[in-house]
Amino acid sequence: MKILVVDDESDVQALFEQRFRREIRSGALSFSFAFSGEEALDYLHDHHSEVVLILSDINMPGMSGLELLRRVRTEHTPPPPPRVMMITAYGDDASRTQALALGADDFLTKPVDFAALKEKLLALPT
Amino acid sequence: MASGGAFTETMMGLGVVYWGRKALDTPTRLPTWDRWLVRAWQPAVLNFVAGLLLGGAIASLLDDLFWGAALALGAAVGWRLRAYRPAFWVSVALAPYAVYMLVALLARLTNANLERTFDESNNLEGLLLGWVGILFFVARGQHKTLAAEAKRRLEAEQEQHLIESQNHTLEYEVNQRTAALARQTDALRTTLQELQSTQNQLIQAEKMASLGELTAGIAHEIQNPLNFVNNFAEVSTELAQELAEERARPVRDPELEAELLADLKQNIQKISHHGHRAASIVRGMLEHSRASTGERTLTDLNALCDEYLRLAYHGLRAKDKSFNATLQTDFAPVLPLVEAVSQDLGRVLLNLFTNAFYAVRQRQQVAAEPSYAPTVSVRTAYRDREVQVVVQDNGTGIPEAVRQKIFQPFFTTKPSGEGTGLGLALSHDIVVQGHGGALEMASQEGVGTTFTIKLPV
Repeated sequence: MKILVVDDESDVQALFEQRFRREIRSGALSFSFAFSGEEALDYLHDHHSEVVLILSDINMPGMSGLELLRRVRTEHTPPPPPRVMMITAYGDDASRTQALALGADDFLTKPVDFAALKEKLLALPT
Repeated sequence: MASGGAFTETMMGLGVVYWGRKALDTPTRLPTWDRWLVRAWQPAVLNFVAGLLLGGAIASLLDDLFWGAALALGAAVGWRLRAYRPAFWVSVALAPYAVYMLVALLARLTNANLERTFDESNNLEGLLLGWVGILFFVARGQHKTLAAEAKRRLEAEQEQHLIESQNHTLEYEVNQRTAALARQTDALRTTLQELQSTQNQLIQAEKMASLGELTAGIAHEIQNPLNFVNNFAEVSTELAQELAEERARPVRDPELEAELLADLKQNIQKISHHGHRAASIVRGMLEHSRASTGERTLTDLNALCDEYLRLAYHGLRAKDKSFNATLQTDFAPVLPLVEAVSQDLGRVLLNLFTNAFYAVRQRQQVAAEPSYAPTVSVRTAYRDREVQVVVQDNGTGIPEAVRQKIFQPFFTTKPSGEGTGLGLALSHDIVVQGHGGALEMASQEGVGTTFTIKLPV
Protein backbone atom coordinates (compact mmCIF):
# COMPACT_ATOMS: atom_id res chain seq x y z
CA MET A 1 0.00 0.00 0.00
CA LYS A 2 1.44 3.28 -1.05
CA ILE A 3 1.37 6.00 1.53
CA LEU A 4 2.32 9.63 0.93
CA VAL A 5 3.59 11.48 4.00
CA VAL A 6 3.45 15.26 3.77
CA ASP A 7 5.36 17.32 6.40
CA ASP A 8 7.75 20.29 6.20
CA GLU A 9 10.18 18.67 8.68
CA SER A 10 12.69 16.57 6.72
CA ASP A 11 13.49 14.26 9.65
CA VAL A 12 9.95 12.90 9.46
CA GLN A 13 11.18 10.69 6.62
CA ALA A 14 13.95 9.10 8.69
CA LEU A 15 11.49 8.61 11.52
CA PHE A 16 8.84 6.85 9.44
CA GLU A 17 11.37 4.74 7.60
CA GLN A 18 12.71 3.48 10.89
CA ARG A 19 9.40 3.12 12.68
CA PHE A 20 7.98 1.08 9.85
CA ARG A 21 11.24 -0.66 8.88
CA ARG A 22 9.73 -4.11 9.25
CA GLU A 23 6.64 -3.26 7.26
CA ILE A 24 8.71 -1.58 4.59
CA ARG A 25 11.06 -4.53 4.39
CA SER A 26 8.19 -6.95 4.12
CA GLY A 27 6.48 -4.81 1.51
CA ALA A 28 3.30 -4.41 3.54
CA LEU A 29 3.67 -0.67 3.43
CA SER A 30 5.45 1.66 1.05
CA PHE A 31 6.15 5.30 1.90
CA SER A 32 6.88 8.36 -0.17
CA PHE A 33 7.56 11.78 1.24
CA ALA A 34 6.67 15.33 0.20
CA PHE A 35 7.86 18.35 2.13
CA SER A 36 5.18 20.82 1.10
CA GLY A 37 1.59 20.85 -0.09
CA GLU A 38 2.69 21.84 -3.56
CA GLU A 39 5.20 18.99 -3.70
CA ALA A 40 2.47 16.60 -2.60
CA LEU A 41 0.12 17.70 -5.35
CA ASP A 42 2.87 17.34 -7.93
CA TYR A 43 3.58 13.82 -6.71
CA LEU A 44 -0.10 12.92 -6.86
CA HIS A 45 -0.35 14.15 -10.42
CA ASP A 46 2.74 12.20 -11.41
CA HIS A 47 1.64 9.00 -9.72
CA HIS A 48 -2.05 8.69 -10.49
CA SER A 49 -3.98 6.18 -8.44
CA GLU A 50 -0.85 4.84 -6.82
CA VAL A 51 -1.30 6.67 -3.57
CA VAL A 52 -3.88 5.07 -1.37
CA LEU A 53 -3.35 7.10 1.78
CA ILE A 54 -2.10 10.56 2.48
CA LEU A 55 -0.76 11.42 5.94
CA SER A 56 -0.45 15.18 6.11
CA ASP A 57 0.67 17.75 8.65
CA ILE A 58 -1.63 20.77 8.87
CA ASN A 59 0.78 23.45 9.96
CA MET A 60 3.06 24.05 6.98
CA PRO A 61 4.28 27.27 5.41
CA GLY A 62 2.76 27.95 2.02
CA MET A 63 -0.09 25.58 1.31
CA SER A 64 -1.43 24.28 4.58
CA GLY A 65 -2.49 20.71 5.11
CA LEU A 66 -6.15 21.72 5.13
CA GLU A 67 -5.72 23.49 1.80
CA LEU A 68 -4.08 20.37 0.42
CA LEU A 69 -6.98 18.30 1.74
CA ARG A 70 -9.46 20.60 0.04
CA ARG A 71 -7.59 20.40 -3.25
CA VAL A 72 -7.32 16.65 -3.10
CA ARG A 73 -11.01 16.33 -2.40
CA THR A 74 -12.19 18.81 -5.03
CA GLU A 75 -9.77 18.19 -7.85
CA HIS A 76 -10.44 15.42 -10.25
CA THR A 77 -8.75 12.30 -8.89
CA PRO A 78 -9.19 8.98 -10.55
CA PRO A 79 -11.13 6.62 -8.34
CA PRO A 80 -10.75 5.43 -5.74
CA PRO A 81 -10.02 8.73 -3.95
CA PRO A 82 -7.12 8.48 -1.51
CA ARG A 83 -7.81 8.44 2.18
CA VAL A 84 -6.46 11.45 3.97
CA MET A 85 -5.42 11.52 7.61
CA MET A 86 -4.32 14.75 9.20
CA ILE A 87 -1.46 14.73 11.69
CA THR A 88 -1.01 17.92 13.60
CA ALA A 89 0.33 19.53 16.77
CA TYR A 90 -2.83 21.62 17.11
CA GLY A 91 -5.21 19.06 18.50
CA ASP A 92 -8.15 21.27 19.38
CA ASP A 93 -11.75 20.51 18.52
CA ALA A 94 -12.13 23.37 16.08
CA SER A 95 -9.31 22.06 13.92
CA ARG A 96 -10.64 18.50 14.14
CA THR A 97 -14.14 19.59 13.11
CA GLN A 98 -12.78 21.67 10.29
CA ALA A 99 -10.62 18.83 9.00
CA LEU A 100 -13.40 16.30 9.11
CA ALA A 101 -15.76 18.78 7.45
CA LEU A 102 -13.31 19.19 4.59
CA GLY A 103 -13.29 15.47 4.04
CA ALA A 104 -10.52 14.06 6.19
CA ASP A 105 -10.86 10.44 7.14
CA ASP A 106 -9.03 10.75 10.41
CA PHE A 107 -7.38 13.28 12.68
CA LEU A 108 -4.25 12.47 14.68
CA THR A 109 -2.31 14.66 17.05
CA LYS A 110 1.41 14.96 17.50
CA PRO A 111 3.37 13.39 19.08
CA VAL A 112 2.23 10.49 16.95
CA ASP A 113 1.47 7.24 18.65
CA PHE A 114 3.22 5.04 16.13
CA ALA A 115 1.95 1.81 17.56
CA ALA A 116 -1.65 2.91 17.13
CA LEU A 117 -0.91 4.30 13.70
CA LYS A 118 0.69 1.05 12.68
CA GLU A 119 -2.42 -0.83 13.68
CA LYS A 120 -4.64 1.57 11.79
CA LEU A 121 -2.59 1.33 8.64
CA LEU A 122 -2.39 -2.42 8.68
CA ALA A 123 -6.12 -2.61 9.32
CA LEU A 124 -6.92 -0.70 6.15
CA PRO A 125 -8.14 -2.70 3.27
CA THR A 126 -5.46 -2.79 0.58
CA MET B 1 -6.15 157.93 72.33
CA ALA B 2 -6.73 159.92 75.34
CA SER B 3 -10.44 159.81 74.75
CA GLY B 4 -12.55 156.76 74.76
CA GLY B 5 -13.69 154.50 77.57
CA ALA B 6 -11.39 153.53 80.41
CA PHE B 7 -9.18 150.65 79.58
CA THR B 8 -10.63 150.11 76.11
CA GLU B 9 -7.18 150.26 74.72
CA THR B 10 -5.95 147.80 77.28
CA MET B 11 -8.73 145.52 76.21
CA MET B 12 -7.87 146.09 72.57
CA GLY B 13 -4.24 145.45 73.39
CA LEU B 14 -5.13 142.18 75.07
CA GLY B 15 -7.29 141.39 72.10
CA VAL B 16 -4.40 141.99 69.73
CA VAL B 17 -2.06 139.91 71.84
CA TYR B 18 -4.38 136.93 72.15
CA TRP B 19 -5.58 137.13 68.55
CA GLY B 20 -1.97 137.44 67.47
CA ARG B 21 -1.10 134.34 69.46
CA LYS B 22 -3.83 132.39 67.75
CA ALA B 23 -3.35 133.81 64.26
CA LEU B 24 0.40 133.58 64.22
CA ASP B 25 0.40 130.34 66.20
CA THR B 26 3.06 131.53 68.62
CA PRO B 27 2.76 128.51 70.94
CA THR B 28 4.21 126.44 68.12
CA ARG B 29 6.38 128.92 66.34
CA LEU B 30 7.75 131.02 69.23
CA PRO B 31 7.36 128.98 72.38
CA THR B 32 9.89 131.02 74.31
CA TRP B 33 8.09 134.32 73.64
CA ASP B 34 4.71 132.69 73.95
CA ARG B 35 5.36 131.88 77.59
CA TRP B 36 5.48 135.63 78.23
CA LEU B 37 2.68 136.50 75.80
CA VAL B 38 0.30 134.23 77.63
CA ARG B 39 0.83 136.35 80.74
CA ALA B 40 -0.27 139.54 78.97
CA TRP B 41 -3.34 139.62 81.23
CA GLN B 42 -1.04 140.26 84.23
CA PRO B 43 0.17 143.71 83.20
CA ALA B 44 -3.44 144.38 82.11
CA VAL B 45 -4.67 143.66 85.61
CA LEU B 46 -1.86 145.76 87.00
CA ASN B 47 -2.99 148.60 84.74
CA PHE B 48 -6.50 148.24 85.95
CA VAL B 49 -5.56 148.25 89.57
CA ALA B 50 -3.09 151.11 89.17
CA GLY B 51 -5.65 153.09 87.22
CA LEU B 52 -8.27 152.60 89.91
CA LEU B 53 -5.81 153.59 92.59
CA LEU B 54 -4.01 156.39 90.85
CA GLY B 55 -6.77 158.08 88.96
CA GLY B 56 -7.92 158.95 85.44
CA ALA B 57 -4.90 160.62 83.88
CA ILE B 58 -2.52 157.91 84.93
CA ALA B 59 -5.11 155.33 83.94
CA SER B 60 -5.34 156.81 80.48
CA LEU B 61 -1.60 156.90 80.18
CA LEU B 62 -1.23 153.32 81.28
CA ASP B 63 -4.03 152.38 78.89
CA ASP B 64 -2.25 154.00 75.96
CA LEU B 65 1.03 152.53 77.08
CA PHE B 66 -0.44 149.10 77.16
CA TRP B 67 -1.98 149.60 73.74
CA GLY B 68 1.28 150.88 72.26
CA ALA B 69 3.21 148.06 73.88
CA ALA B 70 0.78 145.51 72.51
CA LEU B 71 1.12 146.93 69.02
CA ALA B 72 4.89 147.03 69.30
CA LEU B 73 4.86 143.46 70.60
CA GLY B 74 2.63 142.45 67.74
CA ALA B 75 4.97 144.08 65.23
CA ALA B 76 7.99 142.49 66.91
CA VAL B 77 6.44 139.03 66.93
CA GLY B 78 5.39 139.50 63.36
CA TRP B 79 8.88 140.56 62.43
CA ARG B 80 10.38 137.67 64.29
CA LEU B 81 8.13 135.33 62.36
CA ARG B 82 8.54 137.21 59.11
CA ALA B 83 9.45 134.05 57.27
CA TYR B 84 5.79 133.23 57.51
CA ARG B 85 4.44 135.80 55.05
CA PRO B 86 1.25 136.68 56.93
CA ALA B 87 3.34 137.40 60.01
CA PHE B 88 5.47 139.77 57.97
CA TRP B 89 2.40 141.69 56.86
CA VAL B 90 1.11 141.81 60.42
CA SER B 91 4.40 143.30 61.43
CA VAL B 92 4.24 145.86 58.62
CA ALA B 93 0.65 146.62 59.54
CA LEU B 94 1.27 147.22 63.23
CA ALA B 95 4.67 148.81 63.18
CA PRO B 96 3.61 152.33 62.06
CA TYR B 97 0.74 152.34 64.49
CA ALA B 98 3.08 151.21 67.27
CA VAL B 99 5.54 153.97 66.37
CA TYR B 100 2.73 156.52 66.35
CA MET B 101 1.56 155.38 69.80
CA LEU B 102 5.04 155.57 71.24
CA VAL B 103 5.60 159.00 69.79
CA ALA B 104 2.21 160.14 71.17
CA LEU B 105 3.07 158.74 74.56
CA LEU B 106 6.42 160.42 74.62
CA ALA B 107 4.73 163.67 73.64
CA ARG B 108 2.28 163.35 76.51
CA LEU B 109 4.98 162.38 78.96
CA THR B 110 7.15 165.30 77.92
CA ASN B 111 4.10 167.52 77.76
CA ALA B 112 5.17 168.59 74.28
CA ASN B 113 2.86 170.98 72.51
CA LEU B 114 1.51 168.65 70.05
CA GLU B 115 -2.11 169.20 71.06
CA ARG B 116 -2.66 171.23 67.91
CA THR B 117 -2.02 168.18 66.00
CA PHE B 118 -5.03 166.62 67.74
CA ASP B 119 -7.23 166.77 64.66
CA GLU B 120 -4.44 165.68 62.45
CA SER B 121 -3.68 162.99 64.91
CA ASN B 122 -7.25 161.76 64.61
CA ASN B 123 -6.83 161.68 60.88
CA LEU B 124 -3.50 160.01 61.27
CA GLU B 125 -4.98 157.41 63.55
CA GLY B 126 -7.71 156.84 61.07
CA LEU B 127 -5.16 156.37 58.34
CA LEU B 128 -3.15 154.06 60.50
CA LEU B 129 -6.22 152.03 61.33
CA GLY B 130 -7.00 151.90 57.64
CA TRP B 131 -3.44 150.81 57.04
CA VAL B 132 -3.82 148.07 59.61
CA GLY B 133 -7.14 147.04 58.14
CA ILE B 134 -5.86 146.80 54.58
CA LEU B 135 -2.79 144.91 55.59
CA PHE B 136 -4.94 142.74 57.78
CA PHE B 137 -6.78 141.66 54.69
CA VAL B 138 -3.51 141.15 52.84
CA ALA B 139 -2.26 139.03 55.68
CA ARG B 140 -5.49 137.08 55.68
CA GLY B 141 -5.23 136.52 51.96
CA GLN B 142 -1.69 135.31 52.39
CA HIS B 143 -2.76 133.10 55.21
CA LYS B 144 -5.53 131.59 53.12
CA THR B 145 -3.14 130.99 50.25
CA LEU B 146 -0.67 129.38 52.54
CA ALA B 147 -3.43 127.32 54.18
CA ALA B 148 -4.63 126.19 50.78
CA GLU B 149 -1.08 125.24 49.87
CA ALA B 150 -0.69 123.40 53.12
CA LYS B 151 -3.98 121.64 52.42
CA ARG B 152 -2.80 120.65 48.95
CA ARG B 153 0.46 119.37 50.35
CA LEU B 154 -1.47 117.41 52.95
CA GLU B 155 -3.73 115.95 50.29
CA ALA B 156 -0.71 115.07 48.17
CA GLU B 157 0.86 113.40 51.19
CA GLN B 158 -2.32 111.49 51.83
CA GLU B 159 -2.47 110.40 48.22
CA GLN B 160 1.11 109.30 48.51
CA HIS B 161 0.24 107.27 51.58
CA LEU B 162 -2.72 105.77 49.79
CA ILE B 163 -0.54 104.80 46.85
CA GLU B 164 2.04 103.32 49.16
CA SER B 165 -0.56 101.30 50.97
CA GLN B 166 -1.97 100.14 47.64
CA ASN B 167 1.53 99.15 46.64
CA HIS B 168 1.84 97.10 49.76
CA THR B 169 -1.47 95.45 49.03
CA LEU B 170 -0.39 94.71 45.48
CA GLU B 171 2.95 93.37 46.65
CA TYR B 172 1.13 91.14 49.07
CA GLU B 173 -1.20 89.88 46.36
CA VAL B 174 1.71 89.32 43.99
CA ASN B 175 3.43 87.29 46.66
CA GLN B 176 0.27 85.29 47.20
CA ARG B 177 -0.06 84.72 43.48
CA THR B 178 3.58 83.72 43.20
CA ALA B 179 3.16 81.26 46.02
CA ALA B 180 0.06 79.84 44.35
CA LEU B 181 1.89 79.51 41.04
CA ALA B 182 4.81 77.84 42.76
CA ARG B 183 2.40 75.32 44.25
CA GLN B 184 0.87 74.74 40.82
CA THR B 185 4.29 74.23 39.30
CA ASP B 186 5.11 71.67 41.94
CA ALA B 187 1.84 69.88 41.32
CA LEU B 188 2.51 69.87 37.57
CA ARG B 189 6.02 68.61 38.11
CA THR B 190 4.67 65.74 40.19
CA THR B 191 2.09 64.96 37.52
CA LEU B 192 4.78 65.01 34.85
CA GLN B 193 6.85 62.54 36.82
CA GLU B 194 3.82 60.31 37.24
CA LEU B 195 3.12 60.46 33.52
CA GLN B 196 6.71 59.60 32.70
CA SER B 197 6.64 56.67 35.05
CA THR B 198 3.31 55.56 33.54
CA GLN B 199 4.80 55.82 30.09
CA ASN B 200 7.70 53.64 31.17
CA GLN B 201 5.24 51.13 32.53
CA LEU B 202 3.35 51.12 29.25
CA ILE B 203 6.56 50.55 27.33
CA GLN B 204 7.37 47.67 29.66
CA ALA B 205 3.83 46.33 29.15
CA GLU B 206 4.35 46.48 25.41
CA LYS B 207 7.53 44.49 25.78
CA MET B 208 5.74 41.96 27.93
CA ALA B 209 2.91 41.81 25.40
CA SER B 210 5.35 41.05 22.64
CA LEU B 211 6.86 38.39 24.84
CA GLY B 212 3.38 36.92 25.34
CA GLU B 213 2.92 36.80 21.61
CA LEU B 214 6.09 34.83 21.36
CA THR B 215 5.13 32.29 23.95
CA ALA B 216 2.58 30.44 21.87
CA GLY B 217 4.89 30.36 18.91
CA ILE B 218 7.75 29.22 21.08
CA ALA B 219 5.72 26.43 22.64
CA HIS B 220 5.00 25.07 19.20
CA GLU B 221 8.54 25.57 18.10
CA ILE B 222 9.89 23.61 21.05
CA GLN B 223 7.32 20.85 20.75
CA ASN B 224 8.55 19.88 17.30
CA PRO B 225 12.17 19.15 18.16
CA LEU B 226 11.15 17.54 21.42
CA ASN B 227 8.87 15.17 19.53
CA PHE B 228 11.79 14.15 17.36
CA VAL B 229 14.02 13.66 20.38
CA ASN B 230 11.44 11.35 21.94
CA ASN B 231 10.63 9.52 18.74
CA PHE B 232 14.21 8.92 17.67
CA ALA B 233 15.08 7.86 21.21
CA GLU B 234 12.26 5.31 21.12
CA VAL B 235 13.21 4.07 17.70
CA SER B 236 16.82 3.83 18.75
CA THR B 237 15.80 1.68 21.70
CA GLU B 238 14.02 -0.64 19.29
CA LEU B 239 16.99 -0.71 16.96
CA ALA B 240 19.35 -1.45 19.83
CA GLN B 241 17.05 -4.28 20.89
CA GLU B 242 16.97 -5.62 17.36
CA LEU B 243 20.75 -5.38 17.09
CA ALA B 244 21.13 -7.29 20.33
CA GLU B 245 18.79 -10.00 19.01
CA GLU B 246 20.73 -10.19 15.75
CA ARG B 247 24.02 -10.56 17.58
CA ALA B 248 22.49 -13.36 19.65
CA ARG B 249 21.62 -15.36 16.56
CA PRO B 250 23.68 -18.35 15.68
CA VAL B 251 23.82 -17.25 12.06
CA ARG B 252 24.54 -13.54 11.95
CA ASP B 253 23.75 -11.15 9.18
CA PRO B 254 26.60 -8.61 9.11
CA GLU B 255 24.86 -6.44 6.51
CA LEU B 256 21.77 -6.07 8.65
CA GLU B 257 23.83 -5.40 11.73
CA ALA B 258 25.79 -2.71 9.89
CA GLU B 259 22.55 -1.14 8.71
CA LEU B 260 21.16 -1.14 12.20
CA LEU B 261 24.31 0.43 13.60
CA ALA B 262 24.34 3.08 10.89
CA ASP B 263 20.73 3.94 11.64
CA LEU B 264 21.48 4.10 15.34
CA LYS B 265 24.35 6.49 14.72
CA GLN B 266 22.19 8.67 12.54
CA ASN B 267 19.37 8.69 15.08
CA ILE B 268 21.65 9.80 17.85
CA GLN B 269 22.89 12.62 15.68
CA LYS B 270 19.33 13.62 14.97
CA ILE B 271 18.46 13.51 18.67
CA SER B 272 21.39 15.77 19.39
CA HIS B 273 20.42 18.11 16.57
CA HIS B 274 16.83 18.50 17.71
CA GLY B 275 17.87 18.79 21.33
CA HIS B 276 20.10 21.72 20.43
CA ARG B 277 17.31 23.23 18.42
CA ALA B 278 15.02 23.21 21.43
CA ALA B 279 17.74 24.59 23.67
CA SER B 280 18.49 27.49 21.36
CA ILE B 281 14.80 28.37 21.12
CA VAL B 282 14.59 28.52 24.89
CA ARG B 283 17.76 30.57 25.05
CA GLY B 284 16.37 32.96 22.47
CA MET B 285 13.17 33.40 24.44
CA LEU B 286 15.06 34.02 27.69
CA GLU B 287 17.22 36.60 25.98
CA HIS B 288 14.16 38.30 24.59
CA SER B 289 12.47 38.49 27.98
CA ARG B 290 15.52 39.70 29.80
CA ALA B 291 15.78 43.47 30.08
CA SER B 292 18.13 44.47 27.36
CA THR B 293 21.59 45.10 28.78
CA GLY B 294 22.44 47.06 25.68
CA GLU B 295 25.40 44.79 25.12
CA ARG B 296 26.37 44.63 21.50
CA THR B 297 27.34 41.38 19.89
CA LEU B 298 28.11 40.44 16.33
CA THR B 299 24.75 39.29 15.00
CA ASP B 300 23.85 37.21 11.99
CA LEU B 301 20.77 38.95 10.63
CA ASN B 302 19.86 36.06 8.36
CA ALA B 303 19.50 33.74 11.34
CA LEU B 304 17.73 36.40 13.39
CA CYS B 305 15.20 37.08 10.64
CA ASP B 306 14.53 33.41 10.08
CA GLU B 307 14.02 32.71 13.78
CA TYR B 308 11.71 35.65 14.43
CA LEU B 309 9.76 35.16 11.21
CA ARG B 310 8.81 31.67 12.23
CA LEU B 311 8.18 32.72 15.82
CA ALA B 312 5.87 35.51 14.70
CA TYR B 313 4.04 33.20 12.32
CA HIS B 314 3.48 30.51 14.91
CA GLY B 315 2.53 33.11 17.46
CA LEU B 316 -0.22 34.40 15.23
CA ARG B 317 -1.37 30.93 14.26
CA ALA B 318 -1.63 29.97 17.91
CA LYS B 319 -4.16 32.75 18.31
CA ASP B 320 -5.99 32.16 15.06
CA LYS B 321 -5.86 28.59 13.75
CA SER B 322 -7.51 29.45 10.49
CA PHE B 323 -4.78 31.83 9.59
CA ASN B 324 -2.31 30.88 6.95
CA ALA B 325 0.23 32.74 4.91
CA THR B 326 3.05 32.01 2.55
CA LEU B 327 6.44 32.80 4.02
CA GLN B 328 9.10 33.77 1.55
CA THR B 329 12.70 34.22 2.51
CA ASP B 330 15.51 35.54 0.38
CA PHE B 331 18.64 35.70 2.47
CA ALA B 332 21.82 37.14 1.05
CA PRO B 333 24.31 34.28 1.04
CA VAL B 334 27.12 36.52 2.23
CA LEU B 335 25.92 38.96 4.83
CA PRO B 336 28.34 40.73 7.14
CA LEU B 337 27.71 40.37 10.85
CA VAL B 338 26.27 43.48 12.43
CA GLU B 339 27.32 44.70 15.82
CA ALA B 340 23.94 44.99 17.49
CA VAL B 341 21.88 44.31 20.57
CA SER B 342 20.27 41.16 19.20
CA GLN B 343 17.26 41.08 21.53
CA ASP B 344 16.39 44.62 20.54
CA LEU B 345 16.72 43.90 16.83
CA GLY B 346 14.77 40.73 17.37
CA ARG B 347 12.00 42.79 18.92
CA VAL B 348 12.01 45.08 15.91
CA LEU B 349 11.79 42.14 13.51
CA LEU B 350 9.06 40.54 15.58
CA ASN B 351 7.11 43.79 15.48
CA LEU B 352 7.47 44.18 11.71
CA PHE B 353 6.55 40.55 11.06
CA THR B 354 3.57 40.69 13.38
CA ASN B 355 2.34 43.85 11.68
CA ALA B 356 2.80 42.23 8.26
CA PHE B 357 0.84 39.13 9.30
CA TYR B 358 -1.87 41.32 10.79
CA ALA B 359 -2.14 43.26 7.53
CA VAL B 360 -2.47 40.19 5.33
CA ARG B 361 -4.94 38.63 7.71
CA GLN B 362 -7.03 41.81 7.62
CA ARG B 363 -7.06 41.73 3.86
CA GLN B 364 -7.98 38.06 3.85
CA GLN B 365 -10.86 38.55 6.25
CA VAL B 366 -12.26 41.81 4.95
CA ALA B 367 -11.86 41.68 1.19
CA ALA B 368 -13.55 38.83 -0.56
CA GLU B 369 -10.78 37.91 -2.95
CA PRO B 370 -10.91 34.21 -3.72
CA SER B 371 -7.52 34.17 -5.36
CA TYR B 372 -5.78 36.16 -2.64
CA ALA B 373 -2.62 34.49 -1.41
CA PRO B 374 -1.42 36.20 1.76
CA THR B 375 2.33 36.45 1.52
CA VAL B 376 4.94 37.84 3.85
CA SER B 377 8.51 37.96 2.67
CA VAL B 378 11.81 38.91 4.20
CA ARG B 379 14.86 39.74 2.14
CA THR B 380 18.37 40.58 3.29
CA ALA B 381 21.06 42.33 1.32
CA TYR B 382 24.35 44.12 1.73
CA ARG B 383 24.35 47.40 -0.18
CA ASP B 384 26.16 50.76 0.16
CA ARG B 385 28.02 49.57 3.26
CA GLU B 386 24.68 48.84 4.88
CA VAL B 387 22.92 45.65 5.81
CA GLN B 388 19.34 45.92 4.60
CA VAL B 389 16.39 43.87 5.83
CA VAL B 390 13.24 44.26 3.76
CA VAL B 391 9.95 43.01 5.20
CA GLN B 392 7.20 43.00 2.62
CA ASP B 393 3.57 42.00 2.76
CA ASN B 394 0.68 42.04 0.32
CA GLY B 395 -1.81 43.08 2.96
CA THR B 396 -4.19 45.99 3.25
CA GLY B 397 -1.55 48.70 2.90
CA ILE B 398 -1.38 51.90 4.95
CA PRO B 399 -3.79 54.71 3.98
CA GLU B 400 -2.23 58.05 3.04
CA ALA B 401 -3.87 59.86 5.94
CA VAL B 402 -2.28 57.61 8.51
CA ARG B 403 1.19 57.18 7.04
CA GLN B 404 2.73 60.12 8.92
CA LYS B 405 1.49 58.88 12.26
CA ILE B 406 2.46 55.25 12.35
CA PHE B 407 5.75 55.84 14.13
CA GLN B 408 4.11 58.01 16.78
CA PRO B 409 3.87 56.49 20.26
CA PHE B 410 0.43 55.24 21.24
CA PHE B 411 -0.87 55.51 17.68
CA THR B 412 -2.62 52.37 16.51
CA THR B 413 -5.24 51.47 13.93
CA LYS B 414 -6.15 48.29 15.77
CA PRO B 415 -9.39 48.21 17.76
CA SER B 416 -9.00 49.20 21.37
CA GLY B 417 -7.43 46.58 23.55
CA GLU B 418 -5.63 44.96 20.66
CA GLY B 419 -2.57 47.08 20.34
CA THR B 420 -0.59 49.44 22.55
CA GLY B 421 0.49 51.56 19.60
CA LEU B 422 4.05 51.42 20.87
CA GLY B 423 5.49 48.72 18.60
CA LEU B 424 6.63 50.87 15.68
CA ALA B 425 7.64 53.75 17.95
CA LEU B 426 9.91 51.41 19.91
CA SER B 427 11.19 49.78 16.73
CA HIS B 428 12.03 53.14 15.24
CA ASP B 429 13.79 54.11 18.44
CA ILE B 430 15.83 50.90 18.53
CA VAL B 431 16.91 51.11 14.90
CA VAL B 432 17.60 54.83 14.67
CA GLN B 433 18.69 55.79 18.18
CA GLY B 434 20.03 52.48 19.32
CA HIS B 435 21.87 51.39 16.20
CA GLY B 436 22.35 54.52 14.12
CA GLY B 437 20.32 53.05 11.30
CA ALA B 438 17.16 53.88 9.40
CA LEU B 439 13.65 52.45 9.32
CA GLU B 440 11.78 53.26 6.14
CA MET B 441 8.24 52.56 5.06
CA ALA B 442 6.64 52.39 1.65
CA SER B 443 3.04 51.44 1.18
CA GLN B 444 0.20 51.33 -1.29
CA GLU B 445 -3.34 50.99 -0.09
CA GLY B 446 -4.87 47.73 -1.26
CA VAL B 447 -1.56 46.43 -2.53
CA GLY B 448 0.83 46.03 0.38
CA THR B 449 3.51 47.52 2.58
CA THR B 450 7.28 47.34 2.70
CA PHE B 451 9.42 48.17 5.70
CA THR B 452 13.17 48.49 5.23
CA ILE B 453 15.71 48.36 8.06
CA LYS B 454 19.10 49.75 7.15
CA LEU B 455 21.98 49.20 9.53
CA PRO B 456 25.46 50.58 9.00
CA VAL B 457 28.20 48.01 9.26
